[in-house]
Amino acid sequence: MSTPKIRVRGLRKAFGDKQVLDGIDFDLMAGTSLVVIGGSGSGKSVLIKCILGLIEPDAGSIHIDGHDILRAPRDAREAARARIGMLFQNGALFDSLSVWENVAFGLLARHKATRADARARADDVLGQVGLAPSVGDLSPAELSGGMQKRVALARAIAAQPDILFFDEPTTGLDPIMGAVIDGLIVDCVKRLGSTAIAITHDMASARRIGDRAAMLFKGKVVWIGDASALMESGNAMVDQFTHGRREGPIQMELRR
Amino acid sequence: MNPLNGVAALGRGTIGAVRSTGTLTLFALNGLSHLLRPPFYGRAFLRALIDIGFFSLPVVALTAVFTGMVLALQSSTGLSRFSAGSAIASLVVLSVTRELGPVLAALMVAGRVGAAMAAEIGTMRVTDQIDALATLSTNPMKFLVAPRLLAGLVALPFLVLVADVLGVLGGTIIATVKLGFSVHTYLENTINFVQTGDVLSGLAKAAMFGFLIALLGCYHGYRSKGGAQGVGAATTAAVVSASVLILAFDYVLTELFFGQ
Ligand SMILES: Nc1ncnc2c1ncn2[C@@H]1O[C@H](COP(=O)(O)OP(=O)(O)OP(=O)(O)O)[C@@H](O)[C@H]1O
Ligand SMILES: [Mg+2]
Repeated sequence: MSTPKIRVRGLRKAFGDKQVLDGIDFDLMAGTSLVVIGGSGSGKSVLIKCILGLIEPDAGSIHIDGHDILRAPRDAREAARARIGMLFQNGALFDSLSVWENVAFGLLARHKATRADARARADDVLGQVGLAPSVGDLSPAELSGGMQKRVALARAIAAQPDILFFDEPTTGLDPIMGAVIDGLIVDCVKRLGSTAIAITHDMASARRIGDRAAMLFKGKVVWIGDASALMESGNAMVDQFTHGRREGPIQMELRR
Repeated sequence: MNPLNGVAALGRGTIGAVRSTGTLTLFALNGLSHLLRPPFYGRAFLRALIDIGFFSLPVVALTAVFTGMVLALQSSTGLSRFSAGSAIASLVVLSVTRELGPVLAALMVAGRVGAAMAAEIGTMRVTDQIDALATLSTNPMKFLVAPRLLAGLVALPFLVLVADVLGVLGGTIIATVKLGFSVHTYLENTINFVQTGDVLSGLAKAAMFGFLIALLGCYHGYRSKGGAQGVGAATTAAVVSASVLILAFDYVLTELFFGQ
């Protein structure tokens, strides 16, 4: 058996006395995409921020291509992370820069391109997410939410990373735009041959994007399987979540 | 009430103060260390330099002119009973170059630039833009903090030099128009009294103050959390702490330069 692209073992993280991740384990093979579902506040964003190195976990290991990135020297960690593209939950576009500078930021930061080349490359990537080159001269604040998501997607894929993370790429969009973004994500992942992790609350989206699906609850992976089996998983918690039932094993902690 | 509560609060306060001094110092050293290691972000530095140095000119200039005018007016009513007009020139130029130029310019810039830095970096923090930088092979300390620290350090001495000249100008206006001295005599007195050390000590203070303003703006912005309210709190903290530190360091530096 080949080594998984991403292997997470026993990942734990607490904020104060709140145990957000409580022993996360999963493997993700190269070229497949995993959707992560789970209630609000179940630690989905924290999980991918740990893999990205933005949050230091308390315990556990994260292997990328068989290398333990939490224990590797700093250069190796940074090199591993440079190969990950990330679409943040709220876009996180740099509002002091124009759209094309946002898209080309990673290229310019690595001094891989002159400004003229970077502009050409940005226009190209904007085209891939269905935006005209003229959009490149606008500032992010001048765009609608759906356009911002597309620009954020363009920025995530611009450097052709071999791992892609998407944090709720379709939340807050109309269903058609949601389907468009999903399509773009699938296209990008296919074209780049990337390994992807996508967080979503949208079941339609989950089945469109994912090969595999995992459900997080109380800091643990309670179910992992094929995304196509999500609606009839036979797991009571997944069933309750995917069908949006109020009654079931998951009791929403409305009061804290 | 348990009298020990007061002692415990005092202890907690002391520990808190020591700890935040420590984290601020580490933050400053981390930021400065990035000025020594490439890559360097010239664009970000120039932007910060123009923002601090150029766009603060009007407010610093007005402050300096009025300060010079008030000093001349006050000293004419207070001093003329004892000494001649030359005392006015010397009092104005020494006060402005040594103390009021650097301190007042720095306080004005702290309100303007320190607050803006904390708000900008704080917004970037709470909207994940700082995390986004890190995922795009860019160290946020190097990209956001280091250029601002250097810009503060460089821009403030320049602003204070302008303030020195305009402060003396303000004094000259009052001395000639209102008090009837000749321009020539007043400026001659000014030149005779002021020494290079007076101006240089003021500029050295300015560099320190500029660094502090940028440092506290970046520090509070960088650590802000919790949405718009958190950014607001960071902005206030940046201005208040910078202002207090400016006055504290003014004392320390004055002791260093002029104390016996
Ligand atoms: N930097 C932080 N400091 C303190 N607590 C944090 C921090 N980041 C996340 N948390 C806490 O961790 C928990 C999980 O947060 P996370 O953002 O991962 O949720 P999520 O599963 O992504 O939810 P959503 O679907 O609403 O985005 C939350 O209770 C949150 O308050
Ligand atoms: Mg989240």
